Amino acid sequence: MNRLRLVRRNNESWLVKVAVPIASILLAILVGWIFLAVSGYEAAETYRRMIQGAFGSPYAVSETIVKAIPLALTGLAVSIAFRMKLWNIGAEGQLYMGAFAAGGVVLLLGDWPSLPLLTLMLVAGFAAGAIWGLIPGALRAIWNVNETITTLLLNYVAIFWVSYLVFGPWKDPNAMGFPLAPRFPETAYLPAIPGSRVHVGILIAVVVAIILYMVLKYTRWGFEVRVAGESPEAARYAGMNVARNILLVMLVSGGIAGMTGMIEVSGITHRLQQDISANYGYTGIIIAWLARLNPFAILLVAFLFGALLVGGFGVQTFGIPYAIVLMLQGAVLFFLLAGEIMLKYRVTMSRED
Amino acid sequence: MDLNSIVALLAVAIVAGTPLLFAAMGEVIAERSGILNLGVEGMMLVGAVTGFMVTINTGNHWLGILAAAGGGAILSAIHAFICVTLKGNQVVSGLALTIFGTGTSGFLGKNYVGLPVADRFTSIDIPWLGDIPILGPILFQHDAMVYLSMILALALWYIMYRTSWGLSIRSVGENPAAADAVGISVSRVRYLATIIGGMMAGLGGAYLSLAYAPTWQESITAGRGWIAVALVIFALWNPLRAIAGSYLFGGVEALTFRIQTAGFQISPFFLSMLPYLFTILVLVAVTIRLRQEAGVPAALGFPYDREER
Amino acid sequence: MKRVPVVQMDGINKWFPGVKANNNINFRVYPGEIHALLGENGAGKSTLASILAGLYRPDSGTIKVKGQPLKLRSPRLALQAGIGMIYQHFRLVNNMTVAENVMLGAKGGIRIRSDRIEQRVRDLSEQFGLAVDPHARISHLSLGEQQRVEILKMLYRGCDILIMDEPTTVLTPQEVKELFHTLRLMADQGKAVVLITHKLSEVMAIADYVTVLRRGEVVGSDHIQNLDEQTLTRMMVAREVIFPEFNRSHQLGPTVLAVSDLSVPNDRGRTAVRRANLELHEGEILAIAGVAGNGQRELVEALAGLRSASSGSIRLRGKEIRHLPIRERSAMGLTFIPEDRLGMGLVPNISVVENAMLRNYRYPENRRGLLLDYRKLEAYTRSLVDRYQVAVANIHHPVNYLSGGNLQKLLLGRELDLNPDVLVAAYPVRGLDVAAAQAVYDLMLEQRQKGTAIMLVLEDLDDIFRLADRVAVMYNGEIKAILNVRETDIDSIGALMLGAQRVGV
Repeated sequence: MNRLRLVRRNNESWLVKVAVPIASILLAILVGWIFLAVSGYEAAETYRRMIQGAFGSPYAVSETIVKAIPLALTGLAVSIAFRMKLWNIGAEGQLYMGAFAAGGVVLLLGDWPSLPLLTLMLVAGFAAGAIWGLIPGALRAIWNVNETITTLLLNYVAIFWVSYLVFGPWKDPNAMGFPLAPRFPETAYLPAIPGSRVHVGILIAVVVAIILYMVLKYTRWGFEVRVAGESPEAARYAGMNVARNILLVMLVSGGIAGMTGMIEVSGITHRLQQDISANYGYTGIIIAWLARLNPFAILLVAFLFGALLVGGFGVQTFGIPYAIVLMLQGAVLFFLLAGEIMLKYRVTMSRED
Repeated sequence: MDLNSIVALLAVAIVAGTPLLFAAMGEVIAERSGILNLGVEGMMLVGAVTGFMVTINTGNHWLGILAAAGGGAILSAIHAFICVTLKGNQVVSGLALTIFGTGTSGFLGKNYVGLPVADRFTSIDIPWLGDIPILGPILFQHDAMVYLSMILALALWYIMYRTSWGLSIRSVGENPAAADAVGISVSRVRYLATIIGGMMAGLGGAYLSLAYAPTWQESITAGRGWIAVALVIFALWNPLRAIAGSYLFGGVEALTFRIQTAGFQISPFFLSMLPYLFTILVLVAVTIRLRQEAGVPAALGFPYDREER
Repeated sequence: MKRVPVVQMDGINKWFPGVKANNNINFRVYPGEIHALLGENGAGKSTLASILAGLYRPDSGTIKVKGQPLKLRSPRLALQAGIGMIYQHFRLVNNMTVAENVMLGAKGGIRIRSDRIEQRVRDLSEQFGLAVDPHARISHLSLGEQQRVEILKMLYRGCDILIMDEPTTVLTPQEVKELFHTLRLMADQGKAVVLITHKLSEVMAIADYVTVLRRGEVVGSDHIQNLDEQTLTRMMVAREVIFPEFNRSHQLGPTVLAVSDLSVPNDRGRTAVRRANLELHEGEILAIAGVAGNGQRELVEALAGLRSASSGSIRLRGKEIRHLPIRERSAMGLTFIPEDRLGMGLVPNISVVENAMLRNYRYPENRRGLLLDYRKLEAYTRSLVDRYQVAVANIHHPVNYLSGGNLQKLLLGRELDLNPDVLVAAYPVRGLDVAAAQAVYDLMLEQRQKGTAIMLVLEDLDDIFRLADRVAVMYNGEIKAILNVRETDIDSIGALMLGAQRVGV
């Protein structure tokens, strides 16, 4: 009797590496199709409208890019932590802390000229996010406390902190009771391409991607991070200071997420408010995973996810719930996870006696 | 704050803590078997929406409860498949579950937003016990689901520590190789534990849509699923402590609504932060003491491969 | 009347990636007999026993238990058939009690009836001489006591066939006596015991019947009355490959590494190395002999800098290095080859180039400005791979795809390229086939010629006699003796490895 068996692989397969992400996307589209059809919606029409909403006009494309920027940055932020097998689920909170710091800078130094103001905001955003990432990083480095949970819990603390500020001490007296901090002066706006909302953040995202790629591949520190991620034992044997690298990685990861927060308040919302992020911190994780932690792939995948979000907004006007977007995201991730096993194992026919 | 307010607060604490208790119980079972399930939020939402939909369409809230459990079970079965059979990354799978569950529930519940629930759970006034001063209103004037959660939690404690089932689950979470060596099916235990966990989370969500709110809207859980995950650590994976913890966290939630009317100057947001900060401290304390002594299931988060050499 | 074997295995074959662990093995066990499965490490004994216990599935062959053909697809099925295996690394849940571990997974209702279970445990303890407190937590028990729990687990389930994998590795001589007493009681009561071991003296002391495995094949089997130690030794270790003789000098060179009164804890905090004293000289190979688990690993890890010693001193050319981190010791000329080749020595899932550069990635000459100069590093890798004859399809592919022998050559090459004064290697030929092992030996001898001081932890007594100038025997954390190889023989070393001359019932 012949049986299908899973046997450990001992060779690389480019085919699998590329096929799995693509297959995941296609299968997810299929699942979405089924859900739509079963619920009485026109599936093909829905997908067409989504694509239209995301790419149908120059403005649509610009909006897609606008959404892609924070997604790319959070994806990059978590990807460096994941390289070292540090599960930073706290990008959302680090983002909020970055936004808070940027808002704070505006509050204190709102009369500064644009360039130094924006630069300081960016630095403050990075610093705040870095600290927020450093806390769970230190707990992990010193006491081996599970960073998945600490980063997650700190998300809530950060979000509540910002809520406290915008409902309380930083509340805009002119906002008619809404939880909003005062609008930033125009000097604190990130410059944008006229006619769209696409702002300088796009350059920052690209620059971060390039730097990350170069650092991971071509620097000594990047090498150490990758080695420690694969085998902390080997890192120790090679004399690397693993604890120090944990701290640095969480610092950088949090910092990039913090910058994302600054970019969102400076480039999009133009003020500190309660809902700065549409779960960018969490979606960034999916993007990083889907892109296999490659910085340039992250940019591409972030663009696709941005399209997904914007397209999803678009179809709402036709009565299709925005929730379909989340379903598709979740489905892609599931299929991707399921497909991961094909990288480690291959299917063979074996004879059972 | 006078006595009556305090009594009312404690009573609400229990009600607010009930969805947390259901979800936390479920997560305790799953994590005890070694499977980390971060998808609680998604499962609660799916439970909430299916429970609501079935109740509206059948007029019977018990059928709704069953449906909610079923919805949670289906979603958690996916997670179990990925984590146990396919040995996938448990953290990412849980996140996918949350996102998928959030999306699915929003999608399915689109036409049900804000509808009044046909057959809600109402308070049961237990005849004699309900009249005890102070304790009566706090403990004995709640709806059936509250009592169900308490009973289930106690039952869970008993099963975990006094039966061979519980022993098997715990051994799978501590040392799957040991369990495998004596013939326990690690996969089967993990599948069952995860699915039961999902059912519980579904019940927790249904409580929100059928008793607490009671209605359906997209973010009805408001992060309670994540609180439940934190709660499990706070409770050191012990169902009895989970009961206490749930009501504690529920109390904080109730407090945040009343704090300003009571005249205190603390921002409700600071109060909301407390459970999370507290949990972090507990986790650090727990981890610093020897990992095993403190109760973290030793095999939590790691897939099991028998022929791994 | 012909006796029916309680276990009958015919034509068993089992492959693992790169090696045939079991080659056409026939194996029979009868009730009431203590059957020793004897062979060196890597001979295939554990594999065969694991197949019997349902842990592995044979690629071909049949198994009959009590006359019935069975497919032992899982440990559960094996247990149901009455076969219980006690592994070298115990499968116990550390934070549960003895009673809980014993009853785990056994039949007996849903509710835990502690008193009934405890009574049964006590009865079995008495019946078979296995004293242990049912209430005690596993983490508080000694290894000998834990082993008793493992045996009780099997007896509790009514196992008739008990397999024990190297059971005496973790026991004191007294505990070994008690164990053998227990095994004899079990055999007398009709049970069958399969004892996997490589210790001759034990076999002579307790076994009724012996099957010898070598390189995955059955070399011979017979009743103990017809066998003696010399015959068994020859069956276990005979080799086809002839090793080149080399010049053993009469004099020892200057001392390079001096270890005094060194004590090292193990992972659980207990003392693994007790006040070790030894000296390593230029141009010599010092072998560390002993059964695995007697402190060798902790000793070499302490020398390397991967583990902190609790007291004593380590001097490299007179300088105290005990408190120096691993990188500084490396810079001073001390190099360590760990037993965990792919995991510690080499980093899995990254390329061969990236593994080759693990030692020299920090040197300024391998950088251009801030960035690593991969062209230089690739050239270095190619040269390394050439010089040490590492068979590699593509140096950019993950290192996991290399065979065991090539992994070891790569690891050794990288480390030896540092021109160490002192080389410490743990089990350098473990898991390697003859050809690969030969290559490693050649490298060691080459280094010896160059004057490197070499310390090798070796399992194979033959290797010790072919390679080493001197041998230090470790038992229970102590260095029992340091002997000149020309002045001793296998039997004497073997005896020292046991810590006592003979082990009797």
